[in-house]
Amino acid sequence: MSHDTHEEVHITPYKTYYIILGLLLVLTAITVGVTLIHLGTFSVAVALFVATIKGSLVLLYFMHLKFDNKLFLALVAIVFAVYTAVIAITFIDYLSR
Amino acid sequence: MSDHSTTQSHGLVHRDDEGSKLGMWLFIFTEILLFGALFLVYSVYRFKNQDAFHAAALNLDTVIGTINTVILIVSSATIAMSISALQQKNKKLAITLMVITLVLAFSFLVNKYFEWGAKFHHGLYPGAEHLISLGSGQNQFFFLYFFMTGLHAFHVIVGMGFIIFVMRQVMRDELTYNNYTRLENAGLYWHLVDLIWIYLFPLFYLIH
Repeated sequence: MSHDTHEEVHITPYKTYYIILGLLLVLTAITVGVTLIHLGTFSVAVALFVATIKGSLVLLYFMHLKFDNKLFLALVAIVFAVYTAVIAITFIDYLSR
Repeated sequence: MSDHSTTQSHGLVHRDDEGSKLGMWLFIFTEILLFGALFLVYSVYRFKNQDAFHAAALNLDTVIGTINTVILIVSSATIAMSISALQQKNKKLAITLMVITLVLAFSFLVNKYFEWGAKFHHGLYPGAEHLISLGSGQNQFFFLYFFMTGLHAFHVIVGMGFIIFVMRQVMRDELTYNNYTRLENAGLYWHLVDLIWIYLFPLFYLIH
């Protein structure tokens, strides 16, 4: 059995997960709290902004994109960029009708 | 076999951990695009029926939605920690954390069952006379609500199956501290379930 790996195995400390878990819970409280004070049109923007921060924390830390081969991070970035472009193009269409 | 294999457990058995993880990510991309298409439909329908979507969303239970959000976030953390536990050769803790994840996943589904049950009770399901009387905008909202949270709940069930599958392999020492990629892949799938909910929750429950 050979133990030689090309790179050091990354073991994420539990502490990292506690911090991320805490941040995600705080952000959830913020989104729910923002709903209670009516911001009107801004509320969608705030909700999506907070959701994107939460999603990024999940992707980077829970899904290890921050520590893994950067190829995965690049691929995820491309997928989200393409998806954002599809949304933008769809709304350019709807808004210009 | 691959030139990029990071570890070899035996002389003859080749393993490509990075390749297997890449395969999992490619599958996750198809899932993101599946839900992405539904979110696109949602955003167009909402754009065209803003008042109806606001009125319909008032029927959703923000409390249950918030509880389920917390459940998924915590379960996401526990499955992530089980990988660290297995890497540190703490098999017992790894299995305990997987069991906690499964219990949380199940309680998510129980909440969903009661939530959906209440909607059916109030005549808020596609095809119900009460919902039809509310107009097409609210019908679109509830159609998307049932389809998207239903598809998400299906992913919760599949994710539980995946976790049970790898948990058995950890118990039998088929997955160990230096061979844990399948557990990582199960974790990735579970985080995807969490990630989708992170967007479903504000878009359905928090438009007031």
